[in-house]
Amino acid sequence: MMQTQYVGSPVKRKEDPRLIKGESTYLDDIKLPGMLYAAFLRSSYPHAKIKRIDVSQALTLEGVVAVYTGKDLKDAVGPLVVESINRGSKVPSHYPLAVDEVKFVGEPVAVVVAEDRYVAKDALERIIVEYEPLPAVVDPEKALEDEAPKVHEDYEDNVCFRWKKAFGDVEQSFSNADEVIEARFRIQRLAPTAMEPRGVVAHYDALNRILTIWSSTQFPHKLRTWVATSLNWPENRIRVITPEVGGGFGSKLNHYPEEVVIPYLAVKLGRPVKWFEERRENLQATTHGRDMIAYVKAAVKRDGKILGLKVRLIADLGAYNYVYTQDNPLVAARMIPGCYKLESIELDVVGVFTNKIATDAYRGAGRPEASYIIERTVDRIARKLGIDPAEIRRRNFIQPSEFPYKTVTKFVYDTGNYEAALNKALELLKYSEVRAEQERLRGEGRYIGVGLSSFVEVCNFSYQSASVRVEPTGKVLVFTSTSPHGQGEETAFAQIVADVFGVDMDSVQVIHGDTLAIPYGWGTAGSWTLTSGGNAILKACKEIREKMLKIAAAKLEARPEDLEMREGRIFVKDAPDKSLSFEEVAGIAYDPESIPEGMEIGLATTSFYVPNLTFPFGAYAAVVEVFPESGEVKLLKLVLVNDVGKVVNPMLVEGQVHGGAAQAIGQAIYEEIAYTEDGVLLTDTLSEYLIPTAVEIPWMITDRTETPAPNPLGTKGVGEMGAIGLAQAIVNAVEDALTPFDVKIEDTPVTPAYLWKLVNAEKKE
Amino acid sequence: MARKKQLLETAETYVSVSMKVNGVPCSAKIEPRTLLVHFLRDVLGLTGTHWGCDTGNCGACTVIMNGKSVKSCNIFAVQADGAEIITIEGLAKDGQLHPIQEAFWENHGLQCGFCTPGFIMQAYWLLQQNPNPTEEEVRRGISGNICRCTGYQNIVKAILTAAEKMKR
Repeated sequence: MMQTQYVGSPVKRKEDPRLIKGESTYLDDIKLPGMLYAAFLRSSYPHAKIKRIDVSQALTLEGVVAVYTGKDLKDAVGPLVVESINRGSKVPSHYPLAVDEVKFVGEPVAVVVAEDRYVAKDALERIIVEYEPLPAVVDPEKALEDEAPKVHEDYEDNVCFRWKKAFGDVEQSFSNADEVIEARFRIQRLAPTAMEPRGVVAHYDALNRILTIWSSTQFPHKLRTWVATSLNWPENRIRVITPEVGGGFGSKLNHYPEEVVIPYLAVKLGRPVKWFEERRENLQATTHGRDMIAYVKAAVKRDGKILGLKVRLIADLGAYNYVYTQDNPLVAARMIPGCYKLESIELDVVGVFTNKIATDAYRGAGRPEASYIIERTVDRIARKLGIDPAEIRRRNFIQPSEFPYKTVTKFVYDTGNYEAALNKALELLKYSEVRAEQERLRGEGRYIGVGLSSFVEVCNFSYQSASVRVEPTGKVLVFTSTSPHGQGEETAFAQIVADVFGVDMDSVQVIHGDTLAIPYGWGTAGSWTLTSGGNAILKACKEIREKMLKIAAAKLEARPEDLEMREGRIFVKDAPDKSLSFEEVAGIAYDPESIPEGMEIGLATTSFYVPNLTFPFGAYAAVVEVFPESGEVKLLKLVLVNDVGKVVNPMLVEGQVHGGAAQAIGQAIYEEIAYTEDGVLLTDTLSEYLIPTAVEIPWMITDRTETPAPNPLGTKGVGEMGAIGLAQAIVNAVEDALTPFDVKIEDTPVTPAYLWKLVNAEKKE
Repeated sequence: MARKKQLLETAETYVSVSMKVNGVPCSAKIEPRTLLVHFLRDVLGLTGTHWGCDTGNCGACTVIMNGKSVKSCNIFAVQADGAEIITIEGLAKDGQLHPIQEAFWENHGLQCGFCTPGFIMQAYWLLQQNPNPTEEEVRRGISGNICRCTGYQNIVKAILTAAEKMKR
């Protein structure tokens, strides 16, 4: 029995059968006749001059086809593309293979191409590189000191950009304040760590003169443009295909060295070439995220009203700018006001070069940092003023009647009801009961803490294309420029399309990830796929629907507005015995003999959709127990209330929240990319970089409020919410639990060692 | 010197391995250093088993070898000589999904799907060892596998559901 309405129901995923049977094709599953394998030699030094590279021993190894260094490729392969460039910022040229100098551990210096991957790896060991080590700098605050080693010799210092701006009358806010509360928060460096590492296969198709690139990317069209630029190759003769992609989280939306070197080699050698990243390479040289330090001053009234903020934000950008590296600190800065009405804010953002791989998008990309900074600050204010953390949030919230609301930093929030979400979270948490229990257990020497986080995110920065075709047999083909890699949009989009046409979901086929078939768009990231991609599809479907209704109207001798499409047929509303099947109408549309006179043959259209920014929000709460004798944190209860606007598939929404939340738990307690002071990466396997397992992640209580967004689908976005909202609730809870010790948590992750030190340092004093 | 050279040559010689994979006898001549995961994927073309970390942490390469779950990136194919191997491709029978596969689908126990074959194989082993696991036992039983998408909520649910299904 066909469903009459798919949108809004938890439909099982269309993607799953191929995935649970192991049938799908990920990048490393691609095997082409004559394919060669590439491996990259990477710098083990954080900063060094390359004095000499000797590849002769590698070339003599049987099975090795070619070896290239940075010098060999410099003239043929241009620098990588950087799109986000702040005015006055320094953007060093970044060649895919280091030419004279290496600037971080993991930077590629040479590439070997061989008949199989084991031989390629053997050959790497035969390459001799003579380095002259240079002093390195890894701490962004130290990098700002006068005597700091310089990452780029040509620049006068390590400042990539500085963005300083005051919104509103900051000085007045501070002079009207009863209290000024100061805090420092450091958000550590994280590795996105998609379970599938990155990979590239390239092949020159002589028949069509097309360079085909398979990449495990989130942005097929953007990648095509970037490769066209750096290889100086016509964009209409490049085809980017994304096979099944095993997660991205922002780490696969860049222009990586391998994505230009491998295509170049495929053309140069006249054979397909594959490279598939190893986990160590992934942790060394795939972009990291976060890594910001905030110094906050808050001007507040005694009643908890926050008047204004001064925030100095130091962002560690790493050695080179990747495509969107410079964006993240600015998005973070501008979103710091969060859910609150502020009179003023002064933002002083410094992007700093260090001898590390670049930071770029990681699930949330600036918004988790923003929310972390404001939500931790609000808790500090509440503590200082002796106000309940829930109450202080209520006193500062933007009110539902005030939307659309223009924030002090000039974002226009579309819709929202922050208090409703918070109240729901408190209700699910049983807030007053938990507080009473906390009090009781403290008497027994146990340390329970409660932490809250109210957050809002900005998303839908991109436009998308959709091509929709209803074929002569009535089957629907949908092409989307979004490039989902786990989110489940093949299902969500099919739900939308099936509802527009009143057909079964099974007769809708969604295609993504092939630039030859699909008009330009931005791919998948930033929680935008459903809203930007879905509205593009909706627009195209409606156009075709209108044409089909016109055809049916002519045949049924009715007016189009008197017809309805449902259950695979087109009916006259008041005379349901008069109808045509969806297939019949599709057939007529392609038959010159029967199509009504004057109508164009066919049912196909392309549309683009440029979304307005949307602002999903939520309220999260965490209850933790901290064991001061060991510094361990146990998560007792997590409540996540989200408002993502209208919901197409509640099962998918919940899944997105779970995943983001798990990453936030990692951020709060477990994960950190660590370098030694002189720049050696300590966390280059999953034995050192601690991703939480099923043992560390507890059940989560999820719920929703629903405030539709002003767009045809009414959707806002969900992909990053868990990652944006949860870490600060956990850290707030940990600080709350340790109230008797009066500790201030500056750093994350709150590892046992870190908390133990904090607690015991306070004891000694 | 001569002896060393001879040793190197011996080491580089290809060796024969035979094993039964998903009930089908297979044999091939391979380099002794070939990892089981690469043997399955590159030699046999069974690409449902994934390679995710090299260090045995992520579990994407989990398969069943002689009735035990193993991480095939930490085993040489020659160590599996004569063994019976089950991979994700061997679970569905006659077009019928295995109850664990069904449970993953029904409970939204996967998103990007890369870790999924490893989780399903680990669950397959776990439920053979312990057909009535508690939630805690499921969590411990899959703690050698990493998923970055689901927060494990629906994976744990799926495995508990599968245990119920398999009793029927």
